Amino acid sequence: MRIERRLTTPRWLALAVPVASLVAAFAASSVVLLAAGKDPIAIYLRLFDRAFFASGALTSTFVTATPLLLTGLAAAAAFRMRLWNIGGEGQLYLGAVGASGVGLVLRDQSGIVIIAGMILGGLFSGAAWAVIPGLLRAYFNTNEIITTLMLNYVASLLLSYLIFDSQSFWRELSTFSARAFPQGKVLPDAAMWPSFNIGIAIVPFGLVVGIAVAALWWLFYGSTSFGFKARVLGDSPSAARYAGIQTRRVVVAMMALSGALAGLGGASEIGDFRHVLDPRGLQQAGLGYAGIVVAALARYNPYAVVVVAVLLGGLANAGYSLQGPDFPAGLVGVLQGMILFFALGGELLLRYRVTFGARRAAPPRALSIAAGPAGVSGP
Amino acid sequence: MRSITKRFPGVLANDSVDFEASEGEVHALLGENGAGKSTLASILTGLYRPDEGEIAIYGRKVEFHSPRDAMAAGVSMVHQHFRLAASLTVSDNIVLGDNRAGWLRTSPKTIESQVDELATRYRMPVHPRARIWQLSVGEQQRVEILKALYRGARVLILDEPTALLTPQEAEDLFETLRRMTAEGRTIVFVSHKLEELMAVSDRVTVLRAGRLIGTVNTTETSPPQLAKMMVGREIVFAQFKDGHAPAGSEVVLELRNVSADGDLGIQAVSDVSLRLLAGEIVGVAGVSGNGQRQLAEVISGTRPRTAGDILVSGRSLRSGDPGQAIARGVAHVPEDRLGTGVSPSLSIADNLILKSHRRAPISTRGILRHDRITANAKDLMTRFAISAPGAETPTRLLSGGNVQKVVLARELSSAPKVIVAANPTRGLDVGATEGVRSLLIKAASDGVGILLISEDLDEILSLADRIAVMYEGRIVGILARAAADVQHLGLMMAGSSP
Repeated sequence: MRIERRLTTPRWLALAVPVASLVAAFAASSVVLLAAGKDPIAIYLRLFDRAFFASGALTSTFVTATPLLLTGLAAAAAFRMRLWNIGGEGQLYLGAVGASGVGLVLRDQSGIVIIAGMILGGLFSGAAWAVIPGLLRAYFNTNEIITTLMLNYVASLLLSYLIFDSQSFWRELSTFSARAFPQGKVLPDAAMWPSFNIGIAIVPFGLVVGIAVAALWWLFYGSTSFGFKARVLGDSPSAARYAGIQTRRVVVAMMALSGALAGLGGASEIGDFRHVLDPRGLQQAGLGYAGIVVAALARYNPYAVVVVAVLLGGLANAGYSLQGPDFPAGLVGVLQGMILFFALGGELLLRYRVTFGARRAAPPRALSIAAGPAGVSGP
Repeated sequence: MRSITKRFPGVLANDSVDFEASEGEVHALLGENGAGKSTLASILTGLYRPDEGEIAIYGRKVEFHSPRDAMAAGVSMVHQHFRLAASLTVSDNIVLGDNRAGWLRTSPKTIESQVDELATRYRMPVHPRARIWQLSVGEQQRVEILKALYRGARVLILDEPTALLTPQEAEDLFETLRRMTAEGRTIVFVSHKLEELMAVSDRVTVLRAGRLIGTVNTTETSPPQLAKMMVGREIVFAQFKDGHAPAGSEVVLELRNVSADGDLGIQAVSDVSLRLLAGEIVGVAGVSGNGQRQLAEVISGTRPRTAGDILVSGRSLRSGDPGQAIARGVAHVPEDRLGTGVSPSLSIADNLILKSHRRAPISTRGILRHDRITANAKDLMTRFAISAPGAETPTRLLSGGNVQKVVLARELSSAPKVIVAANPTRGLDVGATEGVRSLLIKAASDGVGILLISEDLDEILSLADRIAVMYEGRIVGILARAAADVQHLGLMMAGSSP
């Protein structure tokens, strides 16, 4: 058996590998289930039923998928540029802080104004938080993995401080119990984001926004001259510089875009679901980190991010609602781990070709335009 | 070596090649880039294992699993890019990795005297206690050869040994090789330069596209015959430009006392002044690493200058601003064509608009016009004969020659005033080289000033109207082509004034 680098990746394979990875993950997890004396088929049927088909299941799945979609898009936007923004978590917190702040300030305005303000507040505060590591990367060449990760802790502490350790604008101080047990101010009813009943399920506004953002981003990336600059820079920084592209500007802008999307995720958490700045809830959810997994599984493609977010959202939702004595509690975690493992392993098949029977008489099929041996024959 | 076959993904690098060298001969291995020379040499030294075929040294069948096995059998290789530890001394490098000595280190004195003895015997003067970074390229090569001799190499493979040497240093090397063969050692000399093979070798084996074309005695052959074997058809060598710029041309590029630092912050370009006329080709000759690459980058703006001024058609360029240089008409064919000249994963069509994407007609108000991008690609691919399955093919899949055509098509179609071309034909086969050179000559006859930076003296001598020689970041002299000959240029490349 030998492993060779692929010159090109066939189109069908780019779809077949993720699907096969999913199947393999379920197969491998069933070994675990069998060892635990459970019937994997029955368990999987229940899981899928609860994720997508049972009454109300799809609605819950969409609710879980909404933040995953937005943080997944945030991570994919940066990763495509080879900017390793691990800071989606912190940018999401800041987005939540910004959106709830704007929502509280505009409390007497009409719903449309409040909601638009919240979206902008989320976008801007997330972007501002991501611009810090972006500037450091562009001008001082610091490693953005480290800076974005560290800023997550800063953001997390800031979030706790606003509600638990200060008498900030966000904190509810009007009642005695709220002073004893710190909590955030609840947003006015007009700040609740709308949802849409499409018959089979109710779709939160954030999910609609996320899908629109995915399409817009793809259009921006493929069809604007700024997107072109980003594509060149993501592929070859030295070619970008050679072409006269102001690479620092592009790096900062793309970090800001990534942060803005994560911040939008934070705004949606407040507007769609929580209606109050809730540090503990946000910190426990780990939505920013989950977005990294979503982006990786989607291979940084925004449309694939939509699909993966709904799929993983469904699994998480089903696992949550099925938890109990007759359902293995850790199963969803195992499944998610297996899916990630197999999907990343499947990447190998996209980049390399595995052939069996080493001593073939015929030479491997070569592209007539393939790079000459100069590229591969050097020691 | 008998019926050696080696495959790489998508490439058959060696196709049942037979190769045989006798004791005491210099055997040249000739072929174009990608003909399989380096692969064959790497198999002989145990770096690669052949898919098929066998190797015998002095009649004994051997199987090499690593370069160490090959070394034990008396086969050593001097690579084109030296493998020396720069901060250690010459004698340290020579014993490095040689564990015949066992646990205890042989006393430095003994090693030094052994090295000295070898160095005198083969006339390769080098100080055993000098540190590698203090040595010139030619001296470093001597260390590599001494290292092989110290380990008792009977078969020595030299991979393009003269690529980084001045003509004089090369002559010294040939003298050393003659001494070694006189003692019965065997030299395998890998090269694609015909003249030096004729001078140094006893026999020549020619490879083409991974296949053995034949082995001939050097005395019974001629450069044209070898060239024909190498390329597979007759080639016309001479491609001359007329030798002068049209009278009364304007100065399109002027460098005034330009200095710049290299990547490590050490000055790489020092006080360079130069004028380039419209329609003129000025060649910049020099041994690799004497500031030529940095000079090209300073002019194109991808490297900031530390002093001096650069004027294009009389207007000063901002330092380190490639965008402005492009807008003022400076085209650049960079040395690293696949990493810098194109964005490798992007399509041919996208690479053809790499520099024009921000302007009309390619984009209007920041929106790319895909129809115009496609039309532009179709037009340029026809005009410059870029062969590819389609305009959407990722550029990294193209051959070196076609990648260079993509770069040239983009640069020449931008109606430049100045083209800075750095080693534009390096690594290209003969056909592609011809194509690139005629495009440059055509551009010059259209009134573009061309600064041709090249390590290939023959290329400079056949294309340039004037020749500037660079040494350690300075221009040591500028000669008209009529006044230049190889011997003289060689001396200048080694630093002596004209």
